[in-house]
Amino acid sequence: MRAVDAIMECLKAEGVDVVFGYPGGANLPTYDAFVDAGVKHVLVRHEAGGGHAAEGYAKASGRVGVMFATSGPGATNIVTPLTDAMMDSVPLVAFTGQVRTELLGTDGFQEADTFGITMPVVKHSFMIKSPAEIPRVVHEAFHIARTGRPGPVLIDIPQDLSREEIDYQPVTDVHLPGYQPTLEGNSKQVRLAAKALANSNRPVLYAGGGIVHGNASEELRALALEGRFPVTSTLMGLGVFPAPHRQWLGMLGMHGTRAANYAMDEADLIVAIGARFDDRVTGKLTEFAPRAKFIHIDIDPAEISKNVPAHIPIVGDAKKVLARLLDEYRALAPDPVRLANWWERIDRWRSQYPLRYEDSVDSEIKPQFLVRALYEATGNGNCILSSDVGQHQMWAAQYFDFAEPRRWINSGGLGTMGFGLPAALGAAVAQPELPSVLLTGDGSFQMNIQELATCAEYEIPVKAVIMDNGYLGMVRQWQELFWQRRYSHVDMGQWPDWVKLAEAYGATGVLLTDKATLVEDLRSALATPGPVVVDVKVTREENTYPMIAPGAAAREMVG
Amino acid sequence: MSDLSSKETLTLEELEASASLPTGRKHILSILVENKPGVLTRITGLFARRGFNIDTLAVGPTDDPSLSRITLTLDGATQPIDQVTKQLHKLVNVIKIRDLEPDETVARELALFKITAEGSVRAEVVEVVEIFRGRVVDVARRTLVVEITGSWDKIEAFERMVRPFGMVEMARTGEIAIARGRSET
Repeated sequence: MRAVDAIMECLKAEGVDVVFGYPGGANLPTYDAFVDAGVKHVLVRHEAGGGHAAEGYAKASGRVGVMFATSGPGATNIVTPLTDAMMDSVPLVAFTGQVRTELLGTDGFQEADTFGITMPVVKHSFMIKSPAEIPRVVHEAFHIARTGRPGPVLIDIPQDLSREEIDYQPVTDVHLPGYQPTLEGNSKQVRLAAKALANSNRPVLYAGGGIVHGNASEELRALALEGRFPVTSTLMGLGVFPAPHRQWLGMLGMHGTRAANYAMDEADLIVAIGARFDDRVTGKLTEFAPRAKFIHIDIDPAEISKNVPAHIPIVGDAKKVLARLLDEYRALAPDPVRLANWWERIDRWRSQYPLRYEDSVDSEIKPQFLVRALYEATGNGNCILSSDVGQHQMWAAQYFDFAEPRRWINSGGLGTMGFGLPAALGAAVAQPELPSVLLTGDGSFQMNIQELATCAEYEIPVKAVIMDNGYLGMVRQWQELFWQRRYSHVDMGQWPDWVKLAEAYGATGVLLTDKATLVEDLRSALATPGPVVVDVKVTREENTYPMIAPGAAAREMVG
Repeated sequence: MSDLSSKETLTLEELEASASLPTGRKHILSILVENKPGVLTRITGLFARRGFNIDTLAVGPTDDPSLSRITLTLDGATQPIDQVTKQLHKLVNVIKIRDLEPDETVARELALFKITAEGSVRAEVVEVVEIFRGRVVDVARRTLVVEITGSWDKIEAFERMVRPFGMVEMARTGEIAIARGRSET
């Protein structure tokens, strides 16, 4: 069979149920193979949309997201999704077409050095040199994408090689001598960690996105409940511990809760699990958690002691390590009463500094109010909520309570505007039984707006709620706070007319401006079949608080 | 630190952090990689991204045709190499990395020097070459080309000796290295 037909066989063998893509000259053979393959393909409207859709699919399902693009501009258009997936450890396999081998390096039509351009932003990549290697490479790509610390893998296939006949033999094993992720944590280290926990009086569990990827939420919850440990999480970890909950402190970091940040500041022991001490979490590194010792559990050894030196490093799979840590901790039978003072202190912070905002006295909708209304309208968060990037993302993280993992899909590390709509599309395809809701901003939404057509065409019922303040809100906030309110190119004006635009794309458009009926209006919009765009006009100049100014310490939170 | 098998809990004060600080010395990394396209770019890219300088780099085949060995020297005094070594380990095509201990390592470099050596000076130059066990491999009317092998320090010393005679140019391979004794590099 042709190499491209073998690719289809490999996809089926990997259990791929849907792929996202966009055809072009260099991947014509692949698209010819799609005709008879019986592999479900979603034709997106832009390759970036395809990449983010594959990410949304992967984040919602835990399976590998797959996307196809042609050479040159098709490939350069997926650089952003690949980088995004790299930063947030999303398992992706991207197939790019490449010009014929005789044209390689000649500036041929639609030629780009895809392999070179994407090298720093992928977990691994393959440049096909011989068609016979294609089946093995495809399986290796899936294996690398999904195991260890997940990430994007790219396969670049010259057009002429992709159409050659090969002798296809199913590949049943993958042998990569240089790639052996460590899964089992060192048992001595785990025992040491249990003892440190048992001896700690002011512990905090600091959970990250690695717990989502490692499907370790149950183990985290069991450990937290056993030891009555306070739990905070990063933006990417929201949902791994149920909110609200007595032991839940809220998100930590720049826009986290005071309780979470103060607890980190005063902790004597911090257990980081699948988290990477990002600058948005630590603030000023030299003043970060100055009293704490650190246990750092991560599947990626390069994360350990990268930003904050670990006292007890444990390289391994979060699920396995946490389960063993719980056993060891239980065996020590420590007295939970030792944490009474700690909880008292935390409770005081919680009652003294809850998340709060000043609500409007008229019908104006405050953005925070919108998030709470959306939470209510979705039956207390019974949905997958995707977001874009900016103020609305932070308010969602603060005010929407996530009770389960894989229910909150956003771009954390790279902070990619335009991520939301395609990601919500991908999530809807991955989990059709759950409503897929997007909370976006009027800035972000326009960056991949074309995917509304994809939603309409395939009847993918994404409900997009625009927190519409007519500003690039987060940039405006920073200009207000740190640049003497010298607003520079952040006013987005009043266009487009979202309702008309939605209708033009074959979606339902709704405009909401009244606070009094907001929950009801949202509920009926969410109940409308097919894709829906809900334009909610909110307070124009509202700031996201509390906040740790960039480079400041947790103690110096404002707002 | 307390005995791990006992039930005694340790005090948090007993824990020491495994920090990644500059080591303050030169490092020779011997990296065994799959002989595949793009591997060298992946490796050098990791250094470039962090603004690290590679002092020398030598690539060559091994006894296994599917593998190549990259020998790379770095200044650990100015750059924390621990983080970059961990990143190197993550590359799928990297099979093995060894940070060679200077005392347990044989490291050699080949250098070619083109030296001005006219008339009576020529004998003096040749004398220095002999002391350093180098070889004259090309003779022209005004210049000599000298081949010399040895450790980094030896080549540096030779350069200092011959520079006053007038050095036209120099080419060096960068060090390659192998572990002493039975242990595999």
